[in-house]
This record gives sequence, C-alpha cells and structure tokens, in this order.
Amino acid sequence: MEVRVVNVRKEFERFPALHDVSLDIKSGELIALLGPSGSGKTTLLRLIAGLERPTKGAIFFGEEDASQKSIQERNVGFVFQHYALFRHMTVADNIGFGLKVRHGAARPRAQEIRRRALELLDLVQLSGLEKRYPAQLSGGQRQRVALARAMAIEPKVLLLDEPFGALDAQVRRELRRWLREIHDRTGHTTVFVTHDQEEALELADRVVVMSQGRIEQVGTADDIYDTPNSPFVYSFIGESSSLPVKVENGEVWIADRPIGLEAPHAPTGEAVLYFRPHDVDLLDGCSGCIAGTVAASRRVAGTRRVELEIGGERQRVEIELPIDHPAAQKSRVAFRPRRWKLFPTA
Amino acid sequence: MTTAPAHAGWRFRQPSVIPGFGLTLGFSLAYLTLIILIPLSGLIWRSAALGWTDFWALATDRRTLKALEISFGTAFIAAAVNVVFGTLVAWVLVRYRFPGRRVVDAMVDLPFALPTAVAGIALTTLYAPTGWLGKLLMPLGLKVAYTPLGIIVALVFIGLPFVVRTVQPIMEELDKEVEEAAATLGASRFQIITRVLFPGLAPAVITGFSLAFARGVGEYGSVIFIAGNLPYKSEIAPLLIVIRLEEYNYPAATAIAAIMLALSFAMLLLINLVQTWSRKRYG
Repeated sequence: MEVRVVNVRKEFERFPALHDVSLDIKSGELIALLGPSGSGKTTLLRLIAGLERPTKGAIFFGEEDASQKSIQERNVGFVFQHYALFRHMTVADNIGFGLKVRHGAARPRAQEIRRRALELLDLVQLSGLEKRYPAQLSGGQRQRVALARAMAIEPKVLLLDEPFGALDAQVRRELRRWLREIHDRTGHTTVFVTHDQEEALELADRVVVMSQGRIEQVGTADDIYDTPNSPFVYSFIGESSSLPVKVENGEVWIADRPIGLEAPHAPTGEAVLYFRPHDVDLLDGCSGCIAGTVAASRRVAGTRRVELEIGGERQRVEIELPIDHPAAQKSRVAFRPRRWKLFPTA
Repeated sequence: MTTAPAHAGWRFRQPSVIPGFGLTLGFSLAYLTLIILIPLSGLIWRSAALGWTDFWALATDRRTLKALEISFGTAFIAAAVNVVFGTLVAWVLVRYRFPGRRVVDAMVDLPFALPTAVAGIALTTLYAPTGWLGKLLMPLGLKVAYTPLGIIVALVFIGLPFVVRTVQPIMEELDKEVEEAAATLGASRFQIITRVLFPGLAPAVITGFSLAFARGVGEYGSVIFIAGNLPYKSEIAPLLIVIRLEEYNYPAATAIAAIMLALSFAMLLLINLVQTWSRKRYG
C-alpha cells in the first residue's frame, strides 16, 4: 500500500513537533526515519499509525484519506520499542489477538486463528514456543513475537518504532538482517524509526533524515552518504570534519591562502567546508592545501585519527592517517580533501 | 552453585549474597510467634479444653451458625461490591486529571483513619428510617439500617480503601503502549479494557478483595451501630463473642472465635493459592 503524507503539521500544546512535513512512500518499500531524539521521527510514525492526529494536513493510504479513520480502522501493524506484548496471554494468543477481536464474519474460526498464529510463529523462527508467556522469552524473541502479532492482521503498512532499540548489539545485527529477509518475503510497505544510522543505511531502501521537526533529506544510502544536501545531514551521517572558509573568484580560501579547491559555482563569501576524515590526500609540500599541526592522535581500528590545528584561529579538524605515517605530536601535516562540499554561512 | 552434594527433596533455601538470612529469619519467626501465634494458640488451647462434644454443641448452635453466616456472607458481598467500585475509583484517580483529584485521593483513606464507631454512628444516622438517606429509601421499600443490608453498607465503607490502595499502584504501572498496541490490532475501547487491562489487574484485584473481605469478617465497631443486632437476623459473629463474654460464658466465646479463625484462615489460604497461580501465569 502506498502511503502519502501531505503537508502534515503536529503541535503538542502549542509546541510544534512537526512543521509541514510531506513524504511519499512507495508500495512495498522499506523506509527508515532517521534522526536524533526530538527530531519528530516517532511523532511522524505515530501520525501514520493514527496514534496521534495531525494538527494540519492529511495522510493517505493509497487513495483513501486515512486521517479520517480511527486507529482500529486503519489496519496498520505497529511494533513498539518495548514490545508491548500482552503479559497474561501465551505467545500464540498474543499473535492471534488481532484476529480474535474482529466482529462477526470478519473473525476467522478459532482453529483458523491458531493455524495462522503457528504459521507466523514459524515465519519469525520461533516454532514450538507458542505456549510460552512473554515473561519467559528473551528480548529478541519478544520483539519477534511483537512483529508476528503485527503481521497477523495483514496490515496495509508495517510501522516499527525503534524496534531494536532495547536489544544488545549482537541481537540487533541479527534481527536487522532477519527483518530485511522478512520484508523481502512478505513485501509489506514498512516504515521504521531509528536513531542508529548504521541500521538505517544498511536496512532501508530509502532513508528519511529528520531534524527539529523537518525532513532534511530523503534518499538511498548512497545519496545520503555521498551527496548530503545540508550541513546537518553531512555531520549527522558518518564522520565529518568542517572548517570555516571563504569563497573568492571561484576558489576556496582559508585566511589568506587558497587551498587548491575550485568552486566555480559557489557564491562568493563566507562558507563552511565539509569533508570526510578518511577522504583526504596527504601532501608533502604545501602550495594550495590545508596544513596544520598535530594536536592529538588516537588509534581507531586499522587507522590513526589525528586532530589538526589549522591556521591562526587554531580551528580543529580530524583526518585519518595510515598507521605507519610518521606524524607525531606538534609535527606538521598537509592535506587536501578528495571529496568535499561547501555550504554558505547563513 | 554449591559444593555440597545435591540433596533429594526439601531443604533450606541456599543463603544468598545478602547477609543476615539466619538472623532475619529467626527474628521474623520469633516476632510472628509472639504477636500472632501465641495469642491464637491460647485461643485454640482454651477451646480445646472444652472437649469435642461440648465444642461441637456450641459450634453448631443455631444462633452461632446464623451469626457466622451473616458475618461471612455480608463480608463477602461487601468485598465484591468494593472490588467493582474500588477498581472504578482507582481507575478514575489514575487515569484522569481533574480539579480536586488530590482531595479525592486523600478522602479514600478516611475509612482507615476514622474510628470505626464514628463511621457506624454516622452511617446509622444517615440510613435510619428518619435519616437523610433512609427517608428517601423508605418509600422504595428499602430498609438499610438495622438489617443485614446495613451491615453490608458499613463493611463497604470500611473496606473501600483496601481495594483502591492495592489496585491503584498496579494500575499506574500499566503500560500505555500495551493499550495502543491493542488498538492498532483493531480492538475497541471495550475490548481493550476487558481483554487486555483487567486480566493484568487480576492479581491486585484479588489481593484487594481478600484484604477487604478479611477486614469485613473481623469488623466490629462500625457494624454494631447500624446492624440493630437482632439475633438470627443481623447479629454478627464478633458481636456474639462479646455477648458471650459479657455473660461470662468463656467456652462459648472461644468456640465461636476458633471457628472464625479456622474459616478465615481457610479462605485466606484459598485466595492466596488463587493468587500464586495467577502470578505464576502472568509473571
């Protein structure tokens, strides 16, 4: 089912949580809402589910205006961070709950409900645990049950709110791969919220980066990582370093020296230069480069991260050096970013 | 875990890392013996001195049986009423924010603090045929004061805080997300309450019921004013004990007391077992 969010605004007691957000989700897509806490990602998810009502705007499921419908009528599968399983029901009863509460002809027979529950339990790889109570399961198992419960009602969309947030790193990675498999097999339109960029980039078809109640950028993992369209996305996704610079005559300057980067289309004036610490060329001499003295250095896995102090302002930037690079404390290092982006200072 | 060979069957629980197991267990047992066991065994001792035939005659005396029936019956009904309305009061206090909520919350505890005789007199004045409420109920053919119904009213008053105060904290812990999950699965508001919320509250409700019930069985002060104390009609067992005492008929008093003790113990044990079972299930 295709989902369209059109000009949605949400205020909580006059405090805006979302400003005029629009988003098109294609049928069968796996979408991640990524952002720091307070960015409005969970609010957006809850609005799609109907757990909140928009202050302005509308949400469409296909051609239908879902914002006119109650939560019960929307037929969405929602998975909560802390599972929200029914403690007094067995695993099988939890999964069958959504079918059991249906009325009249819409409710399958008890046998059929049970068969579906077992089938789903098999899908989430928990066969044999149908008689357990949630208290007798591990966190990862509970979240699988929660997902099976959400899928039992054959939802139009599957919404997951930080589904792996409460699990430890190992289980997280495992479940992530598993969720992708399930998605590919069942083809549900799926939206999940996360603050873990690795999770978002690895798992989702498209990532929606949010900040302060606005959507900053929507795109594939490659789009988001390689061509961030705002300083926020550049610094939020992956590692980044930034330096205040000046643009003059289509060239980038730091203080009174050009650093060898051409920017023919950038507007003249103050700007900030962004680049990835690992995406730099080290240079010997320095005519047209950025040079600084090593202020600190750390070993990070297979490389060395050094902090350089640049120019009279002592601006600090981080770059990556090979392990065998002789740079020591106070020594001078010169480099030029291989890939970079300028954002004019507002 | 331990180096000792595993024993088959029953043994003491292994002491944990928390020290003082022996000391605290010893103290608890000594304390319970002193406060509960010795007085109660004195009671059993006295009634045992009666001899079986005498005891049986006293115990099966029609007036005694009737008094016991009234005591346990009214206490049961009152506890049941309190479970319904106490849960409702707890729900309102937990779920809604309204002006004066704190005052209402504090008011719930008043039956705890008020001398029971005061409560009894106040209720009697209200429900007597000439009282404010009694006057209104009289034309409907409802006589509250000086009937078993009056006893139930008094016990409802006394027992309310037990239910409210046991259910309230559990209700506060109810997870909002569980309700939201049920709603997204298509459950109506009514289905959420009956299928999701109440089963989760069951253990607390049972505790509240047993506390209110136990209190009702033992209640004396408030009941004797409103009950009218007509033998075979509205005379409760605790009152009958006092009457026997005033007649210096100590054997009869202890016999009734011993029966009450046995019945109460049996019922509380049963309730406890039900509770253990439901705890085990719902973890």
